[in-house]
Amino acid sequence: MLDLTTQIGSLTLKNPIMPASGTFSEDLAQVFDLGALGAHVTKTVTREKRSGNPTPRVCEVRGSMLNSIGIPSKGIEAFKAAVIPFYARYDAPLVVSISAGSTDEFATLCEEVSVPGVAAVEVNISCPNIEEDGKAFAMRPSTTEAVMRKLRDATDLPLWAKLTPNTGETTEVAKAAAETGADALVVSNTLLAMAIDIKTRRPKLGNLMGGLSGPAFKPIALRMAYQCAKSVEIPVIGCGGISSVEDVIEYLIAGCAAVQVGTATFIEPAIMVRMIDELNTYLQSQGLSSVAELVGSIEDEQASDGLIFMEAAP
Amino acid sequence: MNISALQTHPKFGQPHSIHEVECAIKSNQPVNDEYRLLILDAPSELLDCEPGQFFHLLCPLTRNQQPYLRRPMSIYGYYPDKGELHFLYKVAGEGTAAIGTLGTGDKLNVLGPLGRGFDILPDWRNLLLVARGVGLATLAPLALEARRLDRKLTAICSARSEHFLLSLDYFRNLGVNVIPLTDETATSDINNMRAIIEKLLAEDGIDAMYTCGSNRILKLLQSIGKAHDIPGQIALEQQMACGIGMCQCCVRAFRRDGDVVNERVCKEGPVFDLQEAIGC
Ligand SMILES: Cc1cc2nc3c(=O)[nH]c(=O)nc-3n(C[C@H](O)[C@H](O)[C@H](O)COP(=O)(O)OP(=O)(O)OC[C@H]3O[C@@H](n4cnc5c(N)ncnc54)[C@H](O)[C@@H]3O)c2cc1C
Ligand SMILES: Cc1cc2nc3c(=O)[nH]c(=O)nc-3n(C[C@H](O)[C@H](O)[C@H](O)COP(=O)(O)O)c2cc1C
Ligand code: FES
Repeated sequence: MLDLTTQIGSLTLKNPIMPASGTFSEDLAQVFDLGALGAHVTKTVTREKRSGNPTPRVCEVRGSMLNSIGIPSKGIEAFKAAVIPFYARYDAPLVVSISAGSTDEFATLCEEVSVPGVAAVEVNISCPNIEEDGKAFAMRPSTTEAVMRKLRDATDLPLWAKLTPNTGETTEVAKAAAETGADALVVSNTLLAMAIDIKTRRPKLGNLMGGLSGPAFKPIALRMAYQCAKSVEIPVIGCGGISSVEDVIEYLIAGCAAVQVGTATFIEPAIMVRMIDELNTYLQSQGLSSVAELVGSIEDEQASDGLIFMEAAP
Repeated sequence: MNISALQTHPKFGQPHSIHEVECAIKSNQPVNDEYRLLILDAPSELLDCEPGQFFHLLCPLTRNQQPYLRRPMSIYGYYPDKGELHFLYKVAGEGTAAIGTLGTGDKLNVLGPLGRGFDILPDWRNLLLVARGVGLATLAPLALEARRLDRKLTAICSARSEHFLLSLDYFRNLGVNVIPLTDETATSDINNMRAIIEKLLAEDGIDAMYTCGSNRILKLLQSIGKAHDIPGQIALEQQMACGIGMCQCCVRAFRRDGDVVNERVCKEGPVFDLQEAIGC
């Protein structure tokens, strides 16, 4: 019997595949049994009601997409009344993604979502921090630390810090989050990007810029996930451009204990179920008996095998 | 035909009614210079749909076209007895051009049926449908449904020229009273359209109005609807990513109870209340 389980801190997931925030909702239950997934991750919720960014909020770029949804939110009260009870029927752990514009507001919201039925809180620290001129918390180690400390005091639930690729200090931010109480890192959110319509000379998104997601983003997110897994002891959950089981396996080998699938679900709504199946087949074909054997199995010792390779060539 | 992993799952009493299916193409022919009719061989679970709903099509990758996201397309016709699903589409860009390259026997992956369709309430006996251009594709199945429910239907169809007036014979064969208007004959202007609708109102009365595809027509029908207290519905479009309600990409603004609210076109729509719609 193959063991697909994976450990994210105190949580045991029955398999390492879960949706990414904002690309998943109750609506998907109309397509497949959501009970199959390793965990459920909600769209980021804010305390107050918010309407999100102007339209168009999406555009296509070669092999990927940009989005500028913003964080439309029904507000925390409506969320608690409707969303949390929905997921109670499944045994997959429910992870609630939260966001706020200041450290205090983040802490209050975190406390408010720490209710029965919620297994972990994912903190989307990729949103603009109003105390820091709109720079995202996770762009710098200092702001990451400041918000994570407050969040740590606000809840006993596991905290997953979702990092941003829009920083030059990936490992420093990862370490800052780990040292201040994150139980896991989600690496990562979307990469700031742009597209222009050459006929109208207007940006294709109503908000001018947006986040790149999908296959074109994968090598960047994979690199970040690898760097983070190397630099912290806590589990890393890989996220970015995963659209096949091969992508899932790459992230696991790179050191991720689990993965989140986002944009690919828009193209093939039941893709996560297929990936779970195919992961089973892959493990079998490799003679492995568990996902754990794969996690972090990357052969990345700096070997001087360039010559050996050339010698071996016919 | 290969029905993928998306089987219905009765387990939690969820409505598992959205299917992803690879359908074989029966035909994919031009109907004029701009529009093509695509006929798919479809299993019965896809054909349990209603007028106004849509499918999310996975366009093929070709040498020249590399569409990534799916493309939303209204149901033009659905025929459970023949196992056929029809789409009438305009080649607009990359995705629809790629669909245009498909021929008989090729496969097309479709997701649906999606969204909320048109209503025909029991006391809506005299129906008016007003469409321009490809909007006709969305409204056409309403004619079939109106006949099935034994309602009277008048269709005002507007286009640049006679050549682009689609579906007239289709409507006539269903017993619809068709009024064609064209730019070419200078009959399609909004004042003439208003006069025609006022005349219909005076003669037989109108219980409900349906439209799609034109801002000017929306405004006209809103004003007539308000003046004469006639309900109506409109099918709207928006850029989409997921098509099933998850991503919040496809919102549009609506007037409701003195407020402006955002609704998802793919989920709460694409059919909305005529008076609540805000044109663009
Ligand atoms: C609910 C719904 C029903 C539709 N029904 C029909 C129909 O029956 N027949 C028909 O010909 N067209 C219909 N359309 C419009 C059709 O979806 C677009 O023409 C098509 O997506 C264009 O894709 P493209 O790749 O050829 O064009 P491109 O311009 O290359 O598309 C680029 C991007 O813009 C999006 N896009 C472009 N035009 C539209 C549009 N009008 N609405 C929404 N997104 C758009 C595409 O989906 C794609 O993501 C419908 C749209 C919606 C939302
Ligand atoms: C439409 C859309 C909405 C998103 N909304 C959120 C969100 O609310 N919160 C969040 O943390 N990430 C959000 N994301 C980012 C995804 O969770 C994920 O990090 C990113 O898309 C990269 O993964 P992917 O390439 O597999 O999509 C969103 C992404 C998309 C495409
Ligand atoms: S297209 Fe995703 S919510 Fe409508």
